[in-house]
Amino acid sequence: MPFRAFRLVFGRDLRIAFRRVSEWGNPLLFFIAVSGMFPLALSPDRLMMAAGEGEVYGLQSLGIGVLWMAALLSSLMGLDRLFLSDVEDGSMEQLVLSPAPLLSVVYGKLAAHWLVSALPLIFLVPVLGFVYQLPSPALGMIAFAIFLATPTLTVLVAIGAALTVNIRSAAAVIGLVVLPLCSPILIFGARATVLALDGDAAAGPLYLLTSLAFLAVSLGPIAIAAAVRVGLE
Amino acid sequence: MKLPRWFHRFGSPPYVYNLSDAIAPWLGWSALVVIAVGAYWGLFVAPPDFRQGEVYRIIYIHPQTAYVGMMAYTLMAVSAGIGFIWRIKLAHAVGVSAAPIGASFTFCALVTGAIWGRPTWGTYWEWGDPRLMFELLLLFLFLGYLALRAAFDDRDKADRVSAVLAVVGVVNVPIIHYSVEWWNTLHQDPTVSNLSEAPSMDISMLIPFLIMVLGFTLLFYWLLLRRLQAEIIERERGTRWLRDLANEGAG
Amino acid sequence: MSEIWVMDGNGPYVWVAYGITLAVLIWNAWSARARLRRNLRNLVREPAREEPARQPKVSQL
Repeated sequence: MPFRAFRLVFGRDLRIAFRRVSEWGNPLLFFIAVSGMFPLALSPDRLMMAAGEGEVYGLQSLGIGVLWMAALLSSLMGLDRLFLSDVEDGSMEQLVLSPAPLLSVVYGKLAAHWLVSALPLIFLVPVLGFVYQLPSPALGMIAFAIFLATPTLTVLVAIGAALTVNIRSAAAVIGLVVLPLCSPILIFGARATVLALDGDAAAGPLYLLTSLAFLAVSLGPIAIAAAVRVGLE
Repeated sequence: MKLPRWFHRFGSPPYVYNLSDAIAPWLGWSALVVIAVGAYWGLFVAPPDFRQGEVYRIIYIHPQTAYVGMMAYTLMAVSAGIGFIWRIKLAHAVGVSAAPIGASFTFCALVTGAIWGRPTWGTYWEWGDPRLMFELLLLFLFLGYLALRAAFDDRDKADRVSAVLAVVGVVNVPIIHYSVEWWNTLHQDPTVSNLSEAPSMDISMLIPFLIMVLGFTLLFYWLLLRRLQAEIIERERGTRWLRDLANEGAG
Repeated sequence: MSEIWVMDGNGPYVWVAYGITLAVLIWNAWSARARLRRNLRNLVREPAREEPARQPKVSQL
């Protein structure tokens, strides 16, 4: 039963996602726009002053920060599509009431969400990294680090979505709640990328990202299921 | 799950209210005395530090406020969890009462830490330092808990939703504690909370240090009980026991 | 006395830290008590009574 439920919900969510491409496409376009436009707002002279050793105009350090932050914000943008439409049209209630274990349903939704929202991001980030003239070791590292970070991000965003599913001004609360929870991801991800940029080994932060991912994926859905139940009461 | 009888007494608002009313003055006055003694001892009696001179005296308030903040969060998370699982409203009331106090203490910890950092480490703040980041996260978790509650009109719903957040965030507490062991941070390794060895602090400093820990803890619980009483009154509006209590006092 | 105040030049740090902490703790104490007092006062006001209502006694601290 659990696996069947997972497969069914996963398939359903994927099919819905492909019908409503803008739901997950817009956050990705947002990511491209924000990280692509950042250099336009900066003057080359000031960047040159901010350059570190062997750096190209300080752009690279800035780029790492911008890419991570934009990835985070883009993940946050996709918050609504996780639960809101299902709660609004009543299908979430049906899923909760059905004999399918809610945990499987949650995992199914998370997997589908990751596939359409996070997977493209993993490929987009290194492409945008070109804009910031990041060398290929850094590009590879940032893609890998984002890959490790996305499960945790997906879970954290889903927790925020489940908690705020019936609230009016969800955005403010989410900013206060989800963003700080994501800060370890930001710290370790950026650190790994910067280490790769300097040519050092980045194993430490990568291990941490991995353990955070395992922690989030194993325990997070329990909290999400509880929050969804409460949200529907 | 079968629970012991005394556990159910603690689910009774009038019992807890009256108990709090009885205990609170003791906590309050002793907190005042202990903190006064500890602060005086720490500021004027304890000798100056070999390395830091006089500025080390912040050690008599900074770790204490941080510790109370973490204890407050743990209490909040545990109460919220209990309230969520067993549907005990009073447990949620404890969580709500602990939140603003915990936020205040955590704020103090961050501020006193920043002030202490300037003359000793050369900087008020260090983005990316694990202990600082996670302590800041703790403050945001307190504020997030309160903000999340405020977004709901239905109190029961607010209780249950914010309980999920409180429990999710509790992982942060051990992370803060062990951050100095797991990473290279600006903070020194634990000297007092490291239970495997004797504290490496000199006894002339250890005593006021511990006195302040006791004092702040007493203060926290006094504040908690008073807030809890106010919260109980709000939740129990219109009940008979509360009306009797009001009449009793006014008659 | 002024030696303690100045603390080899680090005086402001220590005293501001203690001061802010004291201020926050005092605010907490005041706010907790004020809220309790307010709630108790509102309690008394609710049921209509003939004799003037006296505020129930809150313990000293």
